[in-house]
Amino acid sequence: MPVTVKDGIPVWRKRDRRQTLRTYFGYLIGAVVFLIAWRFISGQTLWYFVWDAPAQAADLIDRMFPPRWSYAERLWRALWDTINIATLGTLIAIVISVPVAFMAARNTTPHPIVRQIAMIIIVFSRSVNSIIWAMLLVSVIGPGILAGVIAIALRSVGFCTKLLYEAIEEVNPRPIEALSSAGASGGQVITYGITPQVLPAFAGIILYRWDINIRSSTVVGLVGAGGIGLQLNASINSLQWSQVSVIFVMIIVLVIGAEWVSAKVRGAIQ
Amino acid sequence: MSAVAAARVRPLWRPKPMIRNPLLRYGLLFGGAAYLYFAISTIEVNWNRLILGMDRAQVLFAGFARPDFVSRWQPIQIGILESVAMTVVAGALGIALAIPFAFGAARNIAPLPVYLFCRAFIAVSRSFQEIVIAIFFVVMVGFGPLAGVLTLAFGTIGFMGKLLSEDIEDIEPTQLEAIRATGGSWFQQMGYGVVPQIMPRFIGLSVYRIDINFRESSVIGIVGAGGIGGALNTSIARYEFGTTAAIILLIVALVYAGEYASGVIRKRVQ
Repeated sequence: MPVTVKDGIPVWRKRDRRQTLRTYFGYLIGAVVFLIAWRFISGQTLWYFVWDAPAQAADLIDRMFPPRWSYAERLWRALWDTINIATLGTLIAIVISVPVAFMAARNTTPHPIVRQIAMIIIVFSRSVNSIIWAMLLVSVIGPGILAGVIAIALRSVGFCTKLLYEAIEEVNPRPIEALSSAGASGGQVITYGITPQVLPAFAGIILYRWDINIRSSTVVGLVGAGGIGLQLNASINSLQWSQVSVIFVMIIVLVIGAEWVSAKVRGAIQ
Repeated sequence: MSAVAAARVRPLWRPKPMIRNPLLRYGLLFGGAAYLYFAISTIEVNWNRLILGMDRAQVLFAGFARPDFVSRWQPIQIGILESVAMTVVAGALGIALAIPFAFGAARNIAPLPVYLFCRAFIAVSRSFQEIVIAIFFVVMVGFGPLAGVLTLAFGTIGFMGKLLSEDIEDIEPTQLEAIRATGGSWFQQMGYGVVPQIMPRFIGLSVYRIDINFRESSVIGIVGAGGIGGALNTSIARYEFGTTAAIILLIVALVYAGEYASGVIRKRVQ
């Protein structure tokens, strides 16, 4: 932090001249990249349709109110399905991610090649959005709740595995050392040395993921994989915006409720 | 007699149960089992369709074994470029808009009405998945990447607003007080009392969110909001699984590259 003397008075500045120039140059590059990207997007946009957006929005909101509350009666089943997709998907993800996490953690992996395979599973699962998984599954095994459950499970495996193997790598090595010096087998070390240490973290990870999965399970129905998204899609396609607003209210209540439950249970465990 | 003696010689040790109250323990177990039974029994599985799907699964896997980058290269290229451009523009726009919301949603510096408004806005933005918001913006501004940019920017406001406002609430208040005591204006208080404390977190969150925006930009195209999702959707609908595999591999590669870059940046900042 340089201090320059100007007219006999020391003036403090945050950066010296070179640092300032470098920062401005960084901003300049950022602005140029932004403008190039913006030009590209602007070129792909039909501005004619953009200008009446406020009118369209007003029209849409006008159609959404008042919400047709009687439609809610037909949504309970969809809501139940949505919760099931998230919960069962999370359960399947747990079953898959525990062994993969032990394969991926540096201190428990049987072989570096196994670790690489586990890493590829994690990257693949995490990079592909659950809606893309759902689209693939709907086209392979047909539309329905099952496709949604598997899509959510496949997307969650990477997330749960990544956080779990990081927790496994951070365990305190002393209990493990004590167990193996007492002659415990590899399985016993995992059961009595590692599992008790990572269990609270793992429970937290699962609840956190369940919360995220509730959010995603509200939309996998848009591509035919069951849940409230199916009704949302049907209502939008038939332009029943007063039903859409009812669905939106339900989704908000469900998501905020799930977040609350997940936070409460996590608070109770940890 | 002998059984008692044997028990005395080798006392059986069991790990302590996680839930001490047996009634709660078995109650939860029973409740969980009952829920699972009902949840699974409401999944309607069409076995004929499932068996039919096995052939298609083979085609899908064959597609992944031989991804076809060539025959649909034109739409893939435009889609990927659109996704990247959307990520850049929405990142800049969303982060810039998220800053005032983050300050407004921090209870320690915002007045109550502003706080409530910002919190409500953030809650709505976070409750809906990007794809649902994308439907809205597509209705408003028409098909194309502009709808995607607005969607991602909206999602960014919710995400950054929530996490950043929590950081602002957690700052050390003494520094802020010191600047207030020396007569700093409101902007000076924020600039020298709050911003330096949240800057590392802010950069980390921004990079993380840009990462998320790219992942999301690969799906919102399904509803017509630009990006690679449109091409992906078309390829799945046409059962051109070679092209599907190519697109998914490109997404995975780009997400992985982005994650690597964001990891490097975050490590340097913290």
